Amino acid sequence: MLRYTVKRLGSLLASLVVASLVIFACIEVVPGDPASFMLGINAQPDTVAALREELGLNRAPHERYIAWVGGLMTGDFGTSYTYRSPVSEIVVERLAISLPLAIYALSLTILVAFPVGILAATRRGSLTDISVMATTQLGIAIPNFWFALLMVLIFAVNLRWFSAGGFPGWDEGIPAAIKALTLPAIALALPQASILARVMRSSLLDTLSEDYIRTARAKGLTGRQALRRHALRNALIPVLTIIGLQFSFLLAGAIIIENVFFLPGLGRLVFQAISQRDLIVVESVVMLLVFAVIIVNFLVDLAYAWVDPRLRSRA
Amino acid sequence: MTEDGLFRAALKSRNLVVGHLLAAAFAIGALLSLFWTPYDVTELTIATRLQAPSAVHWFGTDHFGRDILSMIMVGAQTSIAVAIVAVGIGMGIGVPLGLAAAARRGRLLDETIMRGNDLVFAFPSLLIAIMITTVFGPSALNAIIAIGIFNIPVFARLTRGAALPLWTRDYILSARVSGKGPVRISVEHILPNVTNLLIVQGTIQFSLGILAEAALSYVGLGVQPPTPSWGRMLADSQTLIAIAPHMAMFPGFAILLTVLGLNLAGDGLRDLLDPRIRNA
Repeated sequence: MLRYTVKRLGSLLASLVVASLVIFACIEVVPGDPASFMLGINAQPDTVAALREELGLNRAPHERYIAWVGGLMTGDFGTSYTYRSPVSEIVVERLAISLPLAIYALSLTILVAFPVGILAATRRGSLTDISVMATTQLGIAIPNFWFALLMVLIFAVNLRWFSAGGFPGWDEGIPAAIKALTLPAIALALPQASILARVMRSSLLDTLSEDYIRTARAKGLTGRQALRRHALRNALIPVLTIIGLQFSFLLAGAIIIENVFFLPGLGRLVFQAISQRDLIVVESVVMLLVFAVIIVNFLVDLAYAWVDPRLRSRA
Repeated sequence: MTEDGLFRAALKSRNLVVGHLLAAAFAIGALLSLFWTPYDVTELTIATRLQAPSAVHWFGTDHFGRDILSMIMVGAQTSIAVAIVAVGIGMGIGVPLGLAAAARRGRLLDETIMRGNDLVFAFPSLLIAIMITTVFGPSALNAIIAIGIFNIPVFARLTRGAALPLWTRDYILSARVSGKGPVRISVEHILPNVTNLLIVQGTIQFSLGILAEAALSYVGLGVQPPTPSWGRMLADSQTLIAIAPHMAMFPGFAILLTVLGLNLAGDGLRDLLDPRIRNA
């Protein structure tokens, strides 16, 4: 397990280095230079020169890259040009919305997908199974931002159960904050729950047809007991992998849903930064999101190898 | 299975028939819009703005008085074009990479290609799109590139995975004995045997491409006005949803039905083309 962990850690570091190089290079190749890009075509030359100085653009690219990465490692993400405050402070503020939203959506995903997937697998071919397959097919095809709009129309505009968007802040109390995150979390969870329910169903169907399940039944276990003691555990392995991938997707994928509901999270921050040409914020937030995705994938790999020892020996 | 038998099996597959019919409806709408639309989509008639669906405007009009049916027809062109080119980029680059990795299994080239793939996979496609549009500005072309880049590792992995077991087959061995090099073997013997898989995955990536284009256009990073796009239409509808809900309904259903059709077609094709599933 140790050898596997070290090997995976090596490729994690390599991924992070390459990802940071790619992101840094993207910002480097903006038309003109970052300073004139950020200020626009009508900027005065001395303003551009001042910003160049502030951003350290007069230094060589490799020096700037090292300074940027060094800063990231110590929590110094630079200073936002438009907000005039440290990017790390803004990010922490926004994470207080994006992270709970991703966790909320993932919880909903699991709470719905597990029972539905198990139900469909244990009643294969029944009306229940067919309805689950049809509904999940729809859930995968619905664009989640459109589903979000429909929910706003029904639950906010017509029924007035929820507000159409915005976030009251955690200071207003947890119930109010959770309420504001409910529609966005459902919108995010719908396609994910549909995918997960299908994975759960097919994985369980695979395990239920294994010989050891037949043996367990032959030993006198009821269908339910065999399911609980043997099939579910083994069926969970691919399901866990998907859950890990979904969490990182939810963190990055919330970008669009945050825009539908005007939630001041990381996603909205990225879009505001793009329209304000605040490259420092875009660069740091994208790196942070990629970092989160790579770390989650790494943890999923480790968890996977921990559950399934065959993977360790293959590495 | 003979060609005739395959065709009969195809007609029996409900997924395949429904999926193809749905996808074909939108393809026909898009083709038709090249020559004719009920109204001109660039014509702004404020007098008839925000009209509900009627006999004159089947799907109603938007906030500029444009006919929504006509916009959906032209929007289908945008969606289909972006998705086709994006899948083309993914296949055009991903398949050769996958073939090369399989031919050089376990060697440096294979490792390099696969690690590169992992890295692109680690970037959520949306972030790639954001980076590209930040640097080069929002446009249909940049949306295509962003979606296309994300398709490359999908096809590379799939091709490599399917090609690896083929390299151990006897007919490949005899091809090698007869003096054919890895490139020729890949093109003449491996590629034809993975084509079915590529077609199925292509259909799925095509539907994902349509969803991605809609999402990017919705947040303003994709196709720019005045070119109609389904995502853009949904973005426009957002602030008017309380007074003109039809503006949000029709483009949404257009995306849903197209993606559903392609997914069903993909499922049906997989069942049909994979002999293991077909004979099960």
